[in-house]
Amino acid sequence: MGRYVIRRLLQMIPVFFGTTLLIFLMVNVMGDPIAGLCGDRQCDPATAAQLRTEFGLDKPVWQQYLTYMGNIFTGDFGTAFNGQKVTELMATAFPITIRLTVVAIVFEIVIGISLGVVTGLRRGRPVDTVVLILTLVVIAVPTFVTGLLLQLLLGVEWGIIKPSVSSEAPVDELIVPGLVLASVSLAYVTRLTRTSIAENARADYVRTAVAKGLPRRRVVVRHLLRNSLIPVVTFIGTDVGALMGGAIVTERIFNIHGVGYQLYQGILRQNSQTVVGFVTVLVLVFLAANLIVDLLYAVLDPRIRYA
Amino acid sequence: MRGATQARWAACAVAVALTATGCGGGDSGGGGAGGIVSSSWGDPQNPLEPANTNEVQGGKVLDMVFRGLVRYDPKTGEAQNEIAEKIDSKDSQNFTVTIKDNWTFSNGEKITSKSFVDAWNYGAALKNNQKNAYFFQYIDGYDAVHPESGSATADTLSGLKVVNDTTFTVKLSQKFSLWPDTLGYAAFVPLPKVFYTDHDAWLSKPIGNGPYTIDQYAKGSSMNLRKWDGYPGADKAQNGGIDLKVYTDNNTAYTDLTAGNLDLVDDVPASQLKNVKADLGDRYINTPAGIIQTLAFPFYEKAWDTPGAVKVRQGLSMAINREQITNQIFQKTRTPASDWTSPVLGAEGGFKKGLCGSACEYDKAEAKKLIQEGGGIPGGQLKISYNADTGSHKEWVDAVCNSINNVMGNNKACVGGPVGTFADFRSQVSTQKLTGAWRAGWQMDYPLIQNFLQPLYYTNAPSNDGKWSDTKFDDLVDKANAESDKATAVSTFQDAEKVLVEQMPVIPLWYQNGSAGYSDRVENVSLNPFSVPVYDQIKVK
Repeated sequence: MGRYVIRRLLQMIPVFFGTTLLIFLMVNVMGDPIAGLCGDRQCDPATAAQLRTEFGLDKPVWQQYLTYMGNIFTGDFGTAFNGQKVTELMATAFPITIRLTVVAIVFEIVIGISLGVVTGLRRGRPVDTVVLILTLVVIAVPTFVTGLLLQLLLGVEWGIIKPSVSSEAPVDELIVPGLVLASVSLAYVTRLTRTSIAENARADYVRTAVAKGLPRRRVVVRHLLRNSLIPVVTFIGTDVGALMGGAIVTERIFNIHGVGYQLYQGILRQNSQTVVGFVTVLVLVFLAANLIVDLLYAVLDPRIRYA
Repeated sequence: MRGATQARWAACAVAVALTATGCGGGDSGGGGAGGIVSSSWGDPQNPLEPANTNEVQGGKVLDMVFRGLVRYDPKTGEAQNEIAEKIDSKDSQNFTVTIKDNWTFSNGEKITSKSFVDAWNYGAALKNNQKNAYFFQYIDGYDAVHPESGSATADTLSGLKVVNDTTFTVKLSQKFSLWPDTLGYAAFVPLPKVFYTDHDAWLSKPIGNGPYTIDQYAKGSSMNLRKWDGYPGADKAQNGGIDLKVYTDNNTAYTDLTAGNLDLVDDVPASQLKNVKADLGDRYINTPAGIIQTLAFPFYEKAWDTPGAVKVRQGLSMAINREQITNQIFQKTRTPASDWTSPVLGAEGGFKKGLCGSACEYDKAEAKKLIQEGGGIPGGQLKISYNADTGSHKEWVDAVCNSINNVMGNNKACVGGPVGTFADFRSQVSTQKLTGAWRAGWQMDYPLIQNFLQPLYYTNAPSNDGKWSDTKFDDLVDKANAESDKATAVSTFQDAEKVLVEQMPVIPLWYQNGSAGYSDRVENVSLNPFSVPVYDQIKVK
């Protein structure tokens, strides 16, 4: 187990450098960021040159990358164009997005898995069909439609929620955005759980458990569900990273100043410091989530061993 | 059984938490108590230093927190003395500024002539990286503190001299009779000592001398401004304060306004223009702003710099159905342009409706004739570049092309050329990479006809991106700047503008309006000529 973890950690190093380099190159090919700083007029050449030096943009790209990576290991993520430290931006953006992600994941786990278990155990019955159709609808409708619709109905028409989230973004304001963000994944979790449960329901160990006379609840939760969760856990694990980075649409609709918003701003303003910094952290989150998922397999199914 | 019970407990706890706290917060309070107005805001792109802020969002704040020598009347745009007692000159080149002596900063520091001179020296100095440094270019000695290349040879502008606490003199490097009228721009405001001594602290909470002080500033998300009771000016705030809230999307801000969550939106999204009358009624404002949109051409490309190409450009201008596009795409939030300035200048300030004449009027037959006489569109196809990331540029560029294609009877005569980001678009424009036309726009810095002409069309001027050059135009601009009589100066500038009719270096498209909407909690809302709300005049019911 220990050796497995170490090997996985070592594997992360090239992935980490590769992805950050790619992002760095992508932001750089987009052109000269300084040109956009002066609006619809040209920056005067002397100031532009000075700014380029300040942001290190006058050096070749490989040198910029090396300096950048060097700085990162000392915790210096550079400065955004508005004069704020990128670490400062992260300190405000990440807690909000993590809160939003947690809300979304809780929805996925609670609603998604429960619906999956219910439908999996009642395969072919009306409940199953209804839920299947519902998940199909949720998957088919784009997030921004669901988001804008809920915002209009709950926020403007019925006045149940505020249409926009305040800058502190407390959990209660994040419930609806979290549900919107979770919606598509939630549908997938339901379907994955359902299939997995339905398949395992006929497995020998379930029949044995039933034959032993165990209470139905114990059979379902301890034996059936635990073994059926492996594909679901894999999905949810990768979804953590996807939700954090992919919340741009939801964050825009509900005015949440999280990671998605900062990334969007960074890309619009071609601020490589912001974009690369945030993506670097997201890459780390992705890698960590994947590792945890892999380790969870053994907890769920003791037959899985790591070498 | 134990595990199952725990799981159920967890589920219940979550469910309880969700119903207890969730979906609550339905209180329909607007901006809060005490006469506070809440308003939408965008994240300023640059640090909030007066000489470093060149976009509307940061400018908004500076307008509330600072007052300069001169202030533009929010209704007429006319320059009026604010802190200045008088600004005198005998020769349009040497100015003596006298300031009133009852002004202080909100931290109690007295405003003296040194507060101005130091601030201007700071703004002009190359080492401070101020993006508005070029505003000081007319002051003598600018070349030494801000050379075009290499390092500065002086720290301070030689044209600025402090005489005493209430007087200072300014020597310009050329005659410029309208120069005092430029001083209302934010770059010219005075700065307190703490700006230099504790710069970081100042940036996190700027201190100024305007009707409002900054109470709280959470970068990137909100700013709370409160009325400053000790404000010495005449235009005291009529409300308790302004809460600015950053919105990721102006659609969300508009939704918040309609839900009664926000008092003021100063940028109604294009997609909502159809509903705005029904949603807000007469709480929707649509007034002219000092912004003009144009089509620019590359004169560094030989094909566009020929006598024939003049006719092509005039023909293209006549091929654009401005009336139809402004009505259908912009829902009348823009007005077809018939000169190169803006209606906010007023007739006295140099705006002249119809100065462009028939060259800016839609005429299918004449347009086609002119383009063909001029040898057709260079390269056979006109490509109009624009940035696709913000604004609704794609829609109108496509419409302009449609109009041209209709006239030419060829649906390949004009195409749009989208560029991914604004920064990339600007870098292609400013490094002369574009070979076709591109969308250009100009938002005035100060309400002067000079500002609509000189920075854009004078030979090698900073925003003359197409590198157009015409001696007749340059001479007239020089002559106009040297006139000491304002009316003569304005009419000479209009003579220069007539050169633009003959040469059509850029095609004027339309004047942009400012649009805003407000809740029924507030009244007396208006936009100034810069399309920024006049915050200090808003009253809470």
